Amino acid sequence: MSAPTTRRIEFIAVAVIATLLIVVFPLLNSAGVISNFTLNLWGKYLCYALLAISVDLLWGYTGLLSLGQALFFSLGGYMLGMHLMRMIGDLGQYKKPIPDFLIFLGWTELPTFWKPFSSFPFAAAMVILLPGLVALLFGFLAFRSRIKGVYFSILTQALTYGGSLMFFRNDMLMGGNNGFTDYKFLLGADVRDASTQRALFIATAVTLVLVYLGCSWLSRTKLGLIQRAIRDGENRVLFSGYAAAGFKLFIFVVAALIASVGGALYVPQVGIINPSEMTPDKSLEAVVWVAVGGRGTLVGPVIGAIVVNALKSWATRAYPDLWLFFLGGMFIIVVLLLPGGIVSLPGRIKTWWARRTAASAETAAPLAS
Amino acid sequence: MNFFHRARRLLVLAALSLGLLSRAADPARPIIAQAALAESPAQRIAIITTLIGSGDESIQGLLAAWKEDALFVYAAPDGAKIPVQLSGDKDDKDSQAATRVDTGKPLLSAAGQPLRLIAADLTAVEHTSALRRAMKAVLDLLDLSTPDLKKRISAIQTLGFAQDAEKLAALQARQKLETVPAAQLALREAIALIGLKDASTEVKLASLQELEALHPIGSADALRAALKEAEAASHPSLAAAARAALNAVDRHLTTVNFFGTLFRGLSLGSILLVVALGLAITFGLMGVINMAHGEMIAVGAYTTYVVQNVFGSGLALSPFGFSFHLPGMNTGGWLYESYFLFALPLSFLSAALVGIAMERTVIQWLYRRPLESLLATWGVSLFLQQFFRRVFGSNNVQVSSPSYLSDNWTFNDIIFGWNRVFVIGFAGLIVLGVWLVLTRTSLGLLIRAVMQNRNMASCMGVRTERVNMLTFGLGSGLAGLAGAFLSQIGNVGPSLGQSYIVDCFMTVVVGGVGNLPGTVVSAFGIGLADQSLQQILLNPVLGKITVLIAIILFLQWRPAGIFVTKSRSLEG
Repeated sequence: MSAPTTRRIEFIAVAVIATLLIVVFPLLNSAGVISNFTLNLWGKYLCYALLAISVDLLWGYTGLLSLGQALFFSLGGYMLGMHLMRMIGDLGQYKKPIPDFLIFLGWTELPTFWKPFSSFPFAAAMVILLPGLVALLFGFLAFRSRIKGVYFSILTQALTYGGSLMFFRNDMLMGGNNGFTDYKFLLGADVRDASTQRALFIATAVTLVLVYLGCSWLSRTKLGLIQRAIRDGENRVLFSGYAAAGFKLFIFVVAALIASVGGALYVPQVGIINPSEMTPDKSLEAVVWVAVGGRGTLVGPVIGAIVVNALKSWATRAYPDLWLFFLGGMFIIVVLLLPGGIVSLPGRIKTWWARRTAASAETAAPLAS
Repeated sequence: MNFFHRARRLLVLAALSLGLLSRAADPARPIIAQAALAESPAQRIAIITTLIGSGDESIQGLLAAWKEDALFVYAAPDGAKIPVQLSGDKDDKDSQAATRVDTGKPLLSAAGQPLRLIAADLTAVEHTSALRRAMKAVLDLLDLSTPDLKKRISAIQTLGFAQDAEKLAALQARQKLETVPAAQLALREAIALIGLKDASTEVKLASLQELEALHPIGSADALRAALKEAEAASHPSLAAAARAALNAVDRHLTTVNFFGTLFRGLSLGSILLVVALGLAITFGLMGVINMAHGEMIAVGAYTTYVVQNVFGSGLALSPFGFSFHLPGMNTGGWLYESYFLFALPLSFLSAALVGIAMERTVIQWLYRRPLESLLATWGVSLFLQQFFRRVFGSNNVQVSSPSYLSDNWTFNDIIFGWNRVFVIGFAGLIVLGVWLVLTRTSLGLLIRAVMQNRNMASCMGVRTERVNMLTFGLGSGLAGLAGAFLSQIGNVGPSLGQSYIVDCFMTVVVGGVGNLPGTVVSAFGIGLADQSLQQILLNPVLGKITVLIAIILFLQWRPAGIFVTKSRSLEG
């Protein structure tokens, strides 16, 4: 099978799945075949898929295991969450024009940095700008001093840990422990309405398809080649005259933006954002999705995010005590026995089958002669 | 029979001598007896008031009995009136054992037999509300004279902070008798504090000067009040004296805080050191990222918990639907208190065994893939956490400190908790031990050989697999030891390890990976920085975040940590 044929098959598969997600699912939902709950659940999975792609772009393609993607995911969520909190208006518990938790903390007026978030375009811009800036600054510092491998993982873990500590504080004025919840309106529409949720699902699906196509294109460019070269032998890239730090920084920021947009889409669908989404555990969970699905591919993280989360939704209800055993066991088994993830299964079966038939042909041959 | 007689005589003798002793130590008993026999309430009050300043142990019980109508006057057949206290269980005739108030000995009949009396036949000694007030004054000041030094000092301080001028006389009386310097100091402080409320300016001024000289931290509020009062009364000399005293207290407070921070920083550094030392071995020397290191700490802490319960009344566990009961040895006293000394080696062993099991099943396949080892061990960590939850419950379990770890020294207002002093000392011992193992034993030699060049060591006939296993066991065991300590300092729960893992990795990275002296320096550096920033920023979380940022910036300056292991290898 030549490369263009694979590409064509991939293209057709993406087109089919995109149509399914963007057109068929929402139509079935409005016809009542798929329940609102299921559609909402799948919307959540697709947001997780975006997070998984951002982990994979760093880990699978560039060899940088970032444990800080949960920070960018929740930062994006918080930025849109602030706008959603403003849109509650005076419909909160205290019937005041500022968010409830601020009144609870004794504020009577909106703090200055909250004010611009009343505008949707500003909040949407901040979804891109803030995580982008954090990633740019941290990435610049980290890559400049050539922090790589496990040190990069540990530092990004510390970054998201520090972030969660900060957001857990009440005087951060970002809702503290409880975060933001009880949203009412988004762009004039009722957030809890089935049609709004459907529109959000479509938006998530469209974003996912675009991100998928974009990353797939990126991996075919020269930049994608360098990216993989950095993963496989960073020193050789350096000695070939490439400034690896610049490339890594670019990828790091792009990955942060993908996670952030995923988070921004996640918040109105789930209806809550709080600092526990920011802890290192959440980042590591996203790494499991990628590992289970298959890193170094773009389909893998999407499959992984959906499969693991579907499993989680089922297991946390059916066996709430055993879910963590499941998750931990999955981690160990995938790392030890299936490093390529689910995506590598067909290939493995094929080689196993080929070896088996070859072996049986060999044993059969002497008999025939 | 003969033997029985002799034994009884001995017993009587012993009782007599005890009675004599208690009589000698209890001058208060006759006074109370006298008060009980007094004619009028006014006389009673006058007599009771003479007890103020006495610290006899019998006072509390007798006065309490008086207030509860358990003190009676017994009219003896010969006409003598004897105050008695009825106590003990009533028998079928409602009679109780009677004790003479004046001697504390049982009331005897003419024939020398102990008498049992019926409360309803006697008249209880009366008590008016004024008398009860007088008793309360005696009881309040009772603690001033108790032989227990700590109790005495705290009683003196309580009186001082109350600033009640009525108690001044008792304090001054006590001051004449007091011989222990610490209590003398407390008395001077208390008297000066009460002096602040005095009507005369001279006494106030003298009190302020005294307080300036003594600068007790607790007097700050009273001094501020005095300053406000002096300013309101526009009394410049008093205000100046109050300000000077306040400044002295502030200066003292700054010093105390400084040394307190230093001590807390050292102890936090020691904890970090003990926790990170194991990680420095598994991560630094072996290159394995053990995310389950925190759970090894928890294994050690839970081992301490189990050992404690085995020394105590046993432990009922019901993991996974089975339930069984660990029998307890029901020890008490010093044997129970020594459980911790048994828990230390056991926590090392149990964590080392869990670590070796983990190395054999998971990690040995991942030596050349550090990122994968990170993921797999995180899986193990989730697994173990859930395991703890299922076995020990998801709430924190109670580990009580033995008495030799739960007390503290106070030196110049700086509190040194024994558990923290112990941790600092033990951290030093562990570092010494690890250093000895690595440099003075054949295992250490093999460990270093394998870490420097695995293939060469293998060629020389070193069984690298076994060395790996033992090294990992050593690293995990050290984490277990750390867990035994943490159980004395904080809570023990399923997520105990999670709260240390990030700090732990930071310590190793900052110290320079594979470098034990670096780990020591960075542990103390991070511990001190964390505690001082908390003191400066007045906020623990902000302090922690600042430390994290500082570490990221520090790695800009020294990417390989404080001490760099020099290597010509490109990937090193």
